[in-house]
Amino acid sequence: MIQAAEIGATAIGKTFGQFTALADITLTIARGEFLTLLGPSGSGKTTFLMVLSGFEAPTTGRLTLDGRDMTDQPPEARGFGMVFQGYALFPHLTVEENIAFPLKVQRRSPAQIRTRVAEMVEMVGLGGHGHKLPSGLSGGQQQRVALARALAYEPPVLLLDEPFSALDKNLRGQMQDEMRRIHRETGTTFVFVTHDQEEALALSSRIAIFERGRLQQLAPPREVYERPANRFVAEFLGDINILPVAGGKIEGRPVILPGTGNAGDLAIRPEYMGLSVTEPAEGNALPARLTDLTYLGAETRLTLLTAGGVPLILHHPTNSLPDGLAPGASVWAGWAPARGFLL
Amino acid sequence: MTARHVLLLGPLLMLLGAAYLLPFLGVMRWSVTLPEPGFGQYHAALSDPLVLGVIWRTVRICAVVTVIAVAAAYALTLIWVRGGRTARTLVELCIMIPFWISVLTRAFGWLALLSNKGIINGWLQSLGFLSEPLTLVRNEFGVVVGMVHFLIPFAAFPLATAMRSVDERVLLAARGMGASRTRIFWQIFLPMTKNGVLGAALLVFVFALGFFVTPAILGGGRSVMVAELIYLRIFQSPDWGLGAAISVILMVTVGLLLGVMMRQNRGAAR
Repeated sequence: MIQAAEIGATAIGKTFGQFTALADITLTIARGEFLTLLGPSGSGKTTFLMVLSGFEAPTTGRLTLDGRDMTDQPPEARGFGMVFQGYALFPHLTVEENIAFPLKVQRRSPAQIRTRVAEMVEMVGLGGHGHKLPSGLSGGQQQRVALARALAYEPPVLLLDEPFSALDKNLRGQMQDEMRRIHRETGTTFVFVTHDQEEALALSSRIAIFERGRLQQLAPPREVYERPANRFVAEFLGDINILPVAGGKIEGRPVILPGTGNAGDLAIRPEYMGLSVTEPAEGNALPARLTDLTYLGAETRLTLLTAGGVPLILHHPTNSLPDGLAPGASVWAGWAPARGFLL
Repeated sequence: MTARHVLLLGPLLMLLGAAYLLPFLGVMRWSVTLPEPGFGQYHAALSDPLVLGVIWRTVRICAVVTVIAVAAAYALTLIWVRGGRTARTLVELCIMIPFWISVLTRAFGWLALLSNKGIINGWLQSLGFLSEPLTLVRNEFGVVVGMVHFLIPFAAFPLATAMRSVDERVLLAARGMGASRTRIFWQIFLPMTKNGVLGAALLVFVFALGFFVTPAILGGGRSVMVAELIYLRIFQSPDWGLGAAISVILMVTVGLLLGVMMRQNRGAAR
């Protein structure tokens, strides 16, 4: 097991000329955690990773590693592992030589290097490919070499910049499982940048959501999805229905709201909204018109328009869908009061 | 190769045929017919100590020029591609301006700088460093200086292409692992641009083999190279057959080296 490290960021800001790439980022990355930095492109997530790596210096704020200030340390002094977008393998070196490079830099003994390289090749499942050049490997295999090279010298922190962006969907899923296993086995702190929300939900112990250079929410995947901190987070992760509430009523109909508020925007995830032909006896419901059905196998995706003109999306199990449903039908969209949250 | 390709390439092919191929076939014919039919002139060329001496000198000078020009061009191109903005512009000018100036002008420029009564000797003598002028031209030194200066831009272009294709992130990755600048240069950057170096070296060497003006002016008739020897044989002696045979030998050598270069380029592109 590697000695994992804790990173602290206090009020980190980064500007490029007039452009503010990061503003007031304060967070703690726990020892051994798998933190994902998620956000649309240009949200500052990659800039934050570059600041953590030391390749970019923050304009303001401090960084600590296990409590010691590392703000002004260059990347080579931090000793973090890094997996770059596009892998950045040394094209003229074989798989084994690539993995051995950082160990040679550290002047380890040839015997130690041999053992460690063999271990790493084994860990990432590249046995038998050790003497190949990167150009002779598939994208997924190159990805594994990059991972092995970055982990070979047992870094306290591993930084990954969109490592799966070049892989196709099937391979992505496979690499995600692998990544979780490697994270477990090494115990290192992982900081992972992605713009793929499913990837973030599947991999992370916590997700940090960035938008316009600001940290919008930092929480475990389930909490980010089910209790988004604000409207941006709610809309960025998956689909969501948003209904304006005024005086405890939606479109003039009284509804039971969660918590104490009685105005704002009520958000409900599509899978927590139900459809019925008649007004349900329990819970909240709004009359609506069915505008479209998309059959997706186990689930059917329905789009509705409320009487007040708000579009809704519902994910309904196909096996319990009312018979004879067709676009234009008058229906009710209902939800359990606890499933909604006010933004 | 469609009809349209032939049409578009036609004028070029015709020009090459009329201006190069036909005359060269004529030269080849001379080499086996003058003064009498047979391969006697090739035998003569390859057994004449004077001709062999010139060929050896040519190869030696070209090798030295290639090494110096490519090394100098590598350093310049490194600044051109990766340096700061001011340094970049400066180096670009240093590479481009000589590139546009005629070879003749440049050779005379060097003569003005390096000759016994030239600027350098003048300064060194008036400052009292020398009592006798240094012999900087009319010898191999002068030829090498002039050729290196001429050929640096030609080496710089393939090197720049190779350096620009190096992925910046690969260098960042090496740096992040704690590799020193020296290690990154020798173990990562230089090997990644190896094909550019080989390409530049071949280009410079092939180009240098046929040099005429620079050695003729800066060598002052004392450091005769192959092209000048051919000129002397054809224009200043009745010995056309021997001149023609040396021409063919030079042409075949250049052709072989070009073949190697193209193969290597194709290998690098793959």
